[in-house]
Amino acid sequence: MIEIENVHKSFGALQVLKGINLTVDKGEVVSVIGGSGSGKSTLLTCINGLEPIQQGRILVDGTEVHAKSTDLNKLRRKIGIVFQQFNAFPHLTVMENVTLAPRKVKGMSKRDAEEIAVKQLSHVGLGDKLKVYPSRLSGGQQQRMAIARALAMSPDYILFDEVTSALDPQLVGEVLDTLKLLADDGMTMICVTHEMHFAREVSDRVAFFNKGVMEEIGSPKQIFESPQNEETQKFLSNVR
Amino acid sequence: MFETSLTLNDLMFMLKGAGVTLLITAFAVVGGTVMGLAFGVIRTQIKPWMAIPLTFLLDVFRSVPLLIQLILANAFQAIAGLGLSPFVTSCIVLSLYTSAYCTEIVRGAIEAVPMVTRRAARSLGMTWGQDMTQIVFPMALRVALPSWIGLTLGVMKDSALVMWLGIFELLKSSQTLITRLQEPMFILLVTGAIYFMLSFPIARLGGRLEKRWQEND
Amino acid sequence: MGNYTFQWRQAFRALPQMLDGALVTMQIAILSMLIGVTIAVLLAVARNSKNRWISAPATAWVEVARNTPALFQIYMAHFGLGSFGIYLSPFTALLAGIAFNNAGYLCETFRGSLRAIPPTQTRAGLSLGMGPVKAFRLIVMPQMFRIAFLPTMNQMVWAILMTSLGVTVGMSTDLTGVTQDLNARTFRTFEFFALAAVIYYLITKAVMLGARAVAWRLFRY
Repeated sequence: MIEIENVHKSFGALQVLKGINLTVDKGEVVSVIGGSGSGKSTLLTCINGLEPIQQGRILVDGTEVHAKSTDLNKLRRKIGIVFQQFNAFPHLTVMENVTLAPRKVKGMSKRDAEEIAVKQLSHVGLGDKLKVYPSRLSGGQQQRMAIARALAMSPDYILFDEVTSALDPQLVGEVLDTLKLLADDGMTMICVTHEMHFAREVSDRVAFFNKGVMEEIGSPKQIFESPQNEETQKFLSNVR
Repeated sequence: MFETSLTLNDLMFMLKGAGVTLLITAFAVVGGTVMGLAFGVIRTQIKPWMAIPLTFLLDVFRSVPLLIQLILANAFQAIAGLGLSPFVTSCIVLSLYTSAYCTEIVRGAIEAVPMVTRRAARSLGMTWGQDMTQIVFPMALRVALPSWIGLTLGVMKDSALVMWLGIFELLKSSQTLITRLQEPMFILLVTGAIYFMLSFPIARLGGRLEKRWQEND
Repeated sequence: MGNYTFQWRQAFRALPQMLDGALVTMQIAILSMLIGVTIAVLLAVARNSKNRWISAPATAWVEVARNTPALFQIYMAHFGLGSFGIYLSPFTALLAGIAFNNAGYLCETFRGSLRAIPPTQTRAGLSLGMGPVKAFRLIVMPQMFRIAFLPTMNQMVWAILMTSLGVTVGMSTDLTGVTQDLNARTFRTFEFFALAAVIYYLITKAVMLGARAVAWRLFRY
């Protein structure tokens, strides 16, 4: 369970998150929508402790992320994250990209790690690209590799940060299909996304962020068909 | 704080040496830049295979230690009976040495000017000469200047090697004082400080130019 | 030129001796690079530190190495340290001087390469549960070495050329030292040094070609 309680976050004088409260249960898929600069991506990097917060707290399975005593490296093993900009490791093959963390962080043997990697890469449709370097892959393939890389650590949660925003339109579908598969498998996911169809179809709940505030949260049906908040209505009428 | 027998006279002696360092550097850089410009332009104009002899020759200056170039040139002028002083020999060798690096800088800078820009200039009816002077040269200068400043500083530092031919430049002067006064560390620190003061401000300027011009792009 | 007869045969007879010298030259160059690279990585990390007590000495090292002649640096090691009662042999002084110089230049090469690697790479590593050190070692450093590889090999060529300066502090076993010895005995300056020049040329060319081949094999991505 991820519990976000009254989280405030600022970069210098700029307030990015102004008191966010959100609880995500095991097995739940929550989509976060909103305009750019609404703070939704920052929230994800706060959850896995990449960014410090100024106020409030975030608990992952009861462990406070920003507490001094927390071993972030250990905590991050169970929170996978996939970035907008793939962040493939260019000097490693697809296989090595995926096996690196299981081997060097979890201390898994090469054979075990590769077994998992093959499974995960086939799962995202890259079973035939094991020995290829990322520079030879399309954006969509790189992003799917990044997803496999996160999955290879067998995390309990995965955070998706606008994973389709940097992709050419024709490559978006293949990545979203992968996400859907994951959701069907019962993975706990928080997806920051601009894909309204995806948010609507896959999520259990949808949250709307605006200027650092979570204006509204509810079932996809509720948010998309009868939004209560004025800002939500404005946003949705613009993206449609 | 420092007990030293280094007199003001000795310091003047060292500064005179620094003057010789600067003089040799100036000759070498002027000569080397003129030749480098010529060679660089030639290299971009002729076919690659025709440039091979020139490229090879200049490459020799970059692949053989400067000290050995100086010794060889000095021995050669003695054998040939040219009667050149060590100072003149040093200036010639350092000029050629500088030109070898300068050619690469010039060539790189000219090649950095996009072909489309040059085509545009020629399609406006400019002659080859106008294209070179009005378009290519100003654009290439921005690319070349930081490296050229680095080259100048490099030549100044490398000019210390002419001491081997008995020229009293800065380092040779300090060596003489070391032998006389037996205070190697202190005298070398003064020497280093002089080199540093000659080099560091210009190096900083070069770095700043490079940064500024990159930002503008 | 009429009265001078070149005696190439004499020079060629000394070739084995000179090649032995060339081995010493390579030995010094390689050692100075190994030391230089190691120190340069530390200097690069130190220069990027926010603690002034750590970054300032590193900056001083780099600026002195880059703004004074290599020959001066070798003099410092040989004569300068004598003031503290430390007397280095010509070999050690030469090695120390070149390593000092290498470290200063390579530090800047490495820092430039580090800047070329997006910080998101480190973040990706951290997100997978790596500590900062592990992320640097497994993700950033291999990429840094690729970008820095050819500039580093250029420094290797410089190191080879710099070994010739050893003769000024009494080094007599490297290529230049051996050549100078032969020269002092025979006064055949031109012949011996011309041969030495050819050997230096071949060595530097071999190093550069080797580096290209290695780069081509190693960095397939």
